[in-house]
Amino acid sequence: MREMKSIFKASNVVKLVFIVLTYLLVQFLINIGIITDYYQTTLATICINIILAVSLNLVTGFTGQFSLGHAGFMAIGAYACAIITLKNPTYAGFIQGVAAGAILSAIVGVAVGLPTLRLRGDYLAIATLGMAEIIRIIFTNLKITNGAAGLQGIPRFINWTWLFVFTAATLIIISNFIKSSHGRACIAIREDEIAAEAMGINTTKYKVAAFVIGAFFAGVAGALYASYFYFLKPNIFNFAKSVDILVIVVLGGMGSLTGSVLGAAILALISTFLQRFSEVRMIIYSLILIIIMLFRPQGIMGSRELSLSLFKRAASKIEPKVGKERS
Amino acid sequence: MPILTVEKLTKSFGGLTAVSNVNMEINEGELLGLIGPNGAGKTTLFNLLTGVYVPTTGKIVFRTKKGEESIQGLRPYKICGKGIARTFQNIRLFKNLTVLDNVRIAMHKDIQYGIFSSFVHGLRYNKEEKKIVEESIKLLEILGLDKKKEELANNLPYGEQRHLEIARALATNPSLLLLDEPAAGMNPAETTELISLIRHIREEFNLTILLIEHDMSLVMQTCERIYVLDYGKIIANGTPEQIKSDKRVIEAYLGEDVNNA
Ligand SMILES: Nc1ncnc2c1ncn2[C@@H]1O[C@H](COP(=O)(O)OP(=O)(O)O)[C@@H](O)[C@H]1O
Ligand SMILES: [Mg+2]
Repeated sequence: MREMKSIFKASNVVKLVFIVLTYLLVQFLINIGIITDYYQTTLATICINIILAVSLNLVTGFTGQFSLGHAGFMAIGAYACAIITLKNPTYAGFIQGVAAGAILSAIVGVAVGLPTLRLRGDYLAIATLGMAEIIRIIFTNLKITNGAAGLQGIPRFINWTWLFVFTAATLIIISNFIKSSHGRACIAIREDEIAAEAMGINTTKYKVAAFVIGAFFAGVAGALYASYFYFLKPNIFNFAKSVDILVIVVLGGMGSLTGSVLGAAILALISTFLQRFSEVRMIIYSLILIIIMLFRPQGIMGSRELSLSLFKRAASKIEPKVGKERS
Repeated sequence: MPILTVEKLTKSFGGLTAVSNVNMEINEGELLGLIGPNGAGKTTLFNLLTGVYVPTTGKIVFRTKKGEESIQGLRPYKICGKGIARTFQNIRLFKNLTVLDNVRIAMHKDIQYGIFSSFVHGLRYNKEEKKIVEESIKLLEILGLDKKKEELANNLPYGEQRHLEIARALATNPSLLLLDEPAAGMNPAETTELISLIRHIREEFNLTILLIEHDMSLVMQTCERIYVLDYGKIIANGTPEQIKSDKRVIEAYLGEDVNNA
């Protein structure tokens, strides 16, 4: 038992060290000029996409509920934050904007999730698809969102450090949730909904909980997007955007948080790199996706996590051989 | 004293009446058998008792510490929460999860920390998780699976998967345990072991057990009382001796020699 406890604590320390080192490394690359302003945009995209992918992964990869409208939640967060910071361009306004965006998203999540997630089957996919379209159309027609032209000159209150803090916090919160009894309840639903329910799990409650937590963080990602890129229009949050997020999740591995992180980073780097091939860009991008999925249909990570224990397991596969040789 | 009373329970699927006007009484502490030819409606009866299906008509009354309650039509997780647990004839484990996780998941309903504490892993979380792991391992020891706690459920041999189904059901802390053909696919040695295991857990956890079994010898050896279901109807109810000599039972099992068991 004591042994288990020490591993548990060690893994937490490792996580923290890893997070701090990642930050310092990127900061160092910025300082010495390897990551230029141009690439900082990519960096911001990666952070925002990690939050989006990880929150969608909770719903689709871990709980097994297909959602096709993640961009809709992102839009709610983005517009809420933009409108509030335009009215109140202070740090307090920005924090209010993020909070309002996330909470509004979560409320819409409850409204969409409750009626559809009671039912078994893929009703959620259809409902979320419709929801995201409705949100986009509403934002195209409202005065306060300035219609199809969108909002400009949104005050920027965040830099890369802020984005990193938000991304790390999201990762820690969702990873902690998954490693709790509540998270296991969600995973049980993905594995076998009937068995989960028979073992005392209120499956509706946990499907809705996962969906609402997912919506909340998609709202946060949208708010960060608005503040960093200071320009919004409804078409940014179209169906293609929802698919982009789903692609990151599938490519990284359904049910793997580190997979989503890798997926977000790799895809953002590939598309940044492809910017110079303007015409054939999308063709090459699609080809790369197809090739990756051909070689790893379960995604880069499958449902595994990149962790210390994975390295230990790999090492333990080698060790016995060494032992035999010695004896 | 009856722990479960079933009154005039009926379930129809379109034109087919799978369970028809069933009356049953299960006394506290009993080890009861439910037998009947294939397609008689035994599993359907379990599905009604555990809320997987809503009865067409009829009543199910279950006695908990709080008194007697009608439970027909309640959602399965609520019925589980009241103290009825089950295993599945067609094994329904969480296949891609470890043996330990399968059991831990079934302890979720009694968890003492909320969703918000799960975000931060506070003190409550550590204490509870430690407790859950310890209790799960205890259960796995009883079912002989503790050494395999880190293996994926899917990789266990068939017999051990059936054991894990029982461990998982016990993890929900039931007072009534429903076992749906727990010996299916087991060899005679495994079946003998299973019989003593069932007796052991009944003592250990103060259980009332209702057991569906195809293997007549197992039922006749283990059960104190037996219900016989045929075409959705209860056709007999009594001790193994009474059942063996019941005319209607012998007819229902036409071709299979009941006395051979
Ligand atoms: N969901 C269902 N829909 C339609 N028919 C069903 C359903 N479940 C069970 N049945 C039918 O009910 C009858 C009893 O099945 P079952 O309870 O599985 O029998 P047993 O467990 O005694 O072998 C069978 O004829 C079966 O085909
Ligand atoms: Mg059956």
